[in-house]
Amino acid sequence: MESVVVKNITKTYGKEKKAAVNDVSFSVNKGELFGLIGPDGAGKTSIFRILTTLLLADNGSASIDGLDVVKDFKSIRNTIGYMPGKFSLYQDLTVEENLNFFATLFETTIQENYDLIKDIYIQIEPFKTRRAGKLSGGMKQKLALCCALIHKPNVLFLDEPTTGVDPVSRKEFWEMLQKLKKQDITIIVSTPYMDEANLCDRIALIQDGKILSIDSPKNIIQNYPDVLFAVKAANMYELLKALAEYPNRLMSYAFGEFAHFSFKENPNKADLLQFLETKGIKNIEIKEAAVTIEDSFIKLLS
Amino acid sequence: MNEKVISCKALTKRFGDFTAVDAITFEVEKGEIFGFLGANGAGKTTAMRMLCGLSNPTSGEAKIAGFDIYKETEKIKKSIGYMSQKFSLYDDLTVQENITFFAGIYGLSDKAIKENSVALLKQLGMEDQADKRVSSLPLGWKQKLAFSTAIIHKPEIVFLDEPTGGVDPVTRRQFWDLIYEASGNGITIFVTTHYMDEAEYCNRVSIMVDGKVEALDTPTNLKKQFSVTTMDEVFYHLAREAKRGE
Amino acid sequence: MKQFLTFVKKEFLHVLRDKKTLLILFGMPVVQILIFGFALTNEVKNSQIVVVDYAKDIASQEIITKIEASRYFEIRKSLAGSKELEAAFRTGEIKMAVIFPEGFNNQLLHQNKAQIQVLADASDPNNATTLTNYVSSIINDYQTELNQENPLPLQIKPEVKMLYNPQLKGAPNFVPGVMALVLMLVCVMMTAIAIVKEKETGTMEILLVSPFKPLMVILSKAVPYLLLSMVNVISILLLSVFVLDLPIEGNIFLLFAESTLFIITCLTLGIFISVKTDSQQTAMLISLLGMLLPTLLFSGFMFPIENMPLPLQWFSNVVPSKWYYIIVKGIMIKGLGFSYVWKETLILFGITIFLLIISLKSFKIRLS
Repeated sequence: MESVVVKNITKTYGKEKKAAVNDVSFSVNKGELFGLIGPDGAGKTSIFRILTTLLLADNGSASIDGLDVVKDFKSIRNTIGYMPGKFSLYQDLTVEENLNFFATLFETTIQENYDLIKDIYIQIEPFKTRRAGKLSGGMKQKLALCCALIHKPNVLFLDEPTTGVDPVSRKEFWEMLQKLKKQDITIIVSTPYMDEANLCDRIALIQDGKILSIDSPKNIIQNYPDVLFAVKAANMYELLKALAEYPNRLMSYAFGEFAHFSFKENPNKADLLQFLETKGIKNIEIKEAAVTIEDSFIKLLS
Repeated sequence: MNEKVISCKALTKRFGDFTAVDAITFEVEKGEIFGFLGANGAGKTTAMRMLCGLSNPTSGEAKIAGFDIYKETEKIKKSIGYMSQKFSLYDDLTVQENITFFAGIYGLSDKAIKENSVALLKQLGMEDQADKRVSSLPLGWKQKLAFSTAIIHKPEIVFLDEPTGGVDPVTRRQFWDLIYEASGNGITIFVTTHYMDEAEYCNRVSIMVDGKVEALDTPTNLKKQFSVTTMDEVFYHLAREAKRGE
Repeated sequence: MKQFLTFVKKEFLHVLRDKKTLLILFGMPVVQILIFGFALTNEVKNSQIVVVDYAKDIASQEIITKIEASRYFEIRKSLAGSKELEAAFRTGEIKMAVIFPEGFNNQLLHQNKAQIQVLADASDPNNATTLTNYVSSIINDYQTELNQENPLPLQIKPEVKMLYNPQLKGAPNFVPGVMALVLMLVCVMMTAIAIVKEKETGTMEILLVSPFKPLMVILSKAVPYLLLSMVNVISILLLSVFVLDLPIEGNIFLLFAESTLFIITCLTLGIFISVKTDSQQTAMLISLLGMLLPTLLFSGFMFPIENMPLPLQWFSNVVPSKWYYIIVKGIMIKGLGFSYVWKETLILFGITIFLLIISLKSFKIRLS
């Protein structure tokens, strides 16, 4: 069953009519964890605001559980949970006060839906009398998630919940989302971190207001058209420069401790090795690489 | 290549009874790309502020580009560049106006400003954008421009505070090309990031936990030391032990 | 309703936990009253005055000796004519002149009453009042002394004349002015900032996405400031009665009702500003420049409106604080009842309705 349906949404800003969202369509199934993956300025926040009834699109339509985002905005506001990108809670209220406030706002109580937030809330409960402003980034995030969940929404919108958060907290956050999914809540999450894409059921890769590809992370990786190699050498910068000069090169770029590389035609490891050696590169190691979402994204952008 | 451009010994900063930076000791060599990692609230920003001469340490000593961190902060400021994700360029000025302004505050002559900005725009392939407002540029271009502007006065060291946050993967790599090139020209790079693959690009990486430098080595050695295969795991291993928040 | 109460409670927590704002909120009225009260009505010492004695008889001499003995005055004797006197007033050389007419003592003894003319420079109204009060009391003392020995009551009447500002604008009138100023500041600026802050931190997005009516967000923001402003009105009135000895002549309930009306006017203004701005700084700047300045300039509290060019006089009519100032002055100082201030009240009411309509019209249920 489709929970969120987006059809040909376009949104422009300013006098120059710069398109932040350009003819975007996708749908999300009930209980699915759907990721909007793309850099800042790709249009993720605009899409979120249109779906959460905060912004009117110039063109196109969207619905949530059959409710139109323009006409039925009041009903939608009852059934969704939203965590905006820069959401910072009320810094001067305590953890408990924040949660209580949002519960009352959505006409419910902490007790009523405690089951839903229990796993997350338990982690911040020891600090419940602490002001939100004094919490660490990771804890703030957990509290924000609790606040967005407190009224048991059907659809949860999380706009860049992990931006600026250190890798440990990011990992914990995604573990929480996996648990929530089991509660049959549809979750739409956006992130600029490509490595988080694998944790979604399906993802949309988005850049400059356009969707580049929509599929499960597994399929996107499988559909990578080229054979990808990982090359390692003593000096990365020298290696990258040398790879760029190789005649039979399709793409080459740094990827962690390796450089990822693909051939224009007929992959030939031996020839590449020889070429690099003549360029004076030392300690060369070439092996086939496992494709990641980031590789797919780079490929789609080129 | 073992001239030390940053050397600090037991550098400490306390706010009341809270020790934000707890006796950190390390050295950075000329031209090195030094990754400065840590969880949120580990004390990275405070440490970086001290190294830039923006805040006085409570105790310990440090020399930046040969200058004393207590007495010669003005000289330090002249020999470093700084760029952060949050603030880098003036949105309401044009590309050229930004370059001229930042080159100007570092005391470059009019002639040098002109020559350097022509070279800079050419290197970035932005000759056509010189008269555009910075606000109209995509984020990735802004960040690349900000970096080039931060090193326009050819500083000894450039401090980069999460320079690539939210930037797309292709532009992120172009950004790192700029970093490699600057490092090749002898500029020392001191960089913080939340992208663990970027930690791999650094010559050496330090990881701060609760105000202390808990690990410092090349990415390869760090992975060996903790018997893991990625920097992500190294970081996770260390930061998980953190006791304090922001 | 429960939602509304929770919201109001949260607003109170915001205010109570922000020590700096709290200090401004409750410290400001006190400081302003004290500054205006004491800086302006401070005791006057060693003021230059002139005594013009046309009488030169025993009574005039005795009074002059008494005035001389007072530490408040430095006396210059002179027989100068009215022209010289006026010139001395204009250059500010002297602040007051006491003039004894010819045959002062004679009049006093034969007609049982006599007059002394007292002229004061009222361009500094507080100073002028103080000086004339001192002189009058000295003359009164003398009169009492005389009457002790005399079976027939003698009357010396000081005929006081204020020069330049005969109505003594601004004298104890700063209390209504401070009330207008403080309410303006608290209601307009604080409300605007409180709402815009939610926009800045992103919490407004959540509030809009919740089932809570957007209009209620605004209303529940206004309630705490309404109550806090009432507290301020009370504290200003207490200060003026007990510290400045300025009694409230009129009906205190009427005064509160009118103040509530003005507070609502200010709150709608604050809401209007918050709807139109996105950052706390802008909200603050607009409140300060757009609201406080007109209150200072055009309410008649610091500068007499009658002396302004006509266009500015017209403009002063749209400044709500002008009407509030007139109302409070009427009730507090002159002891007038509602029948005397109903016109001003109606105008203030009209302005409020107008502001309410435009701020409701411009309120958005979505982000821009």
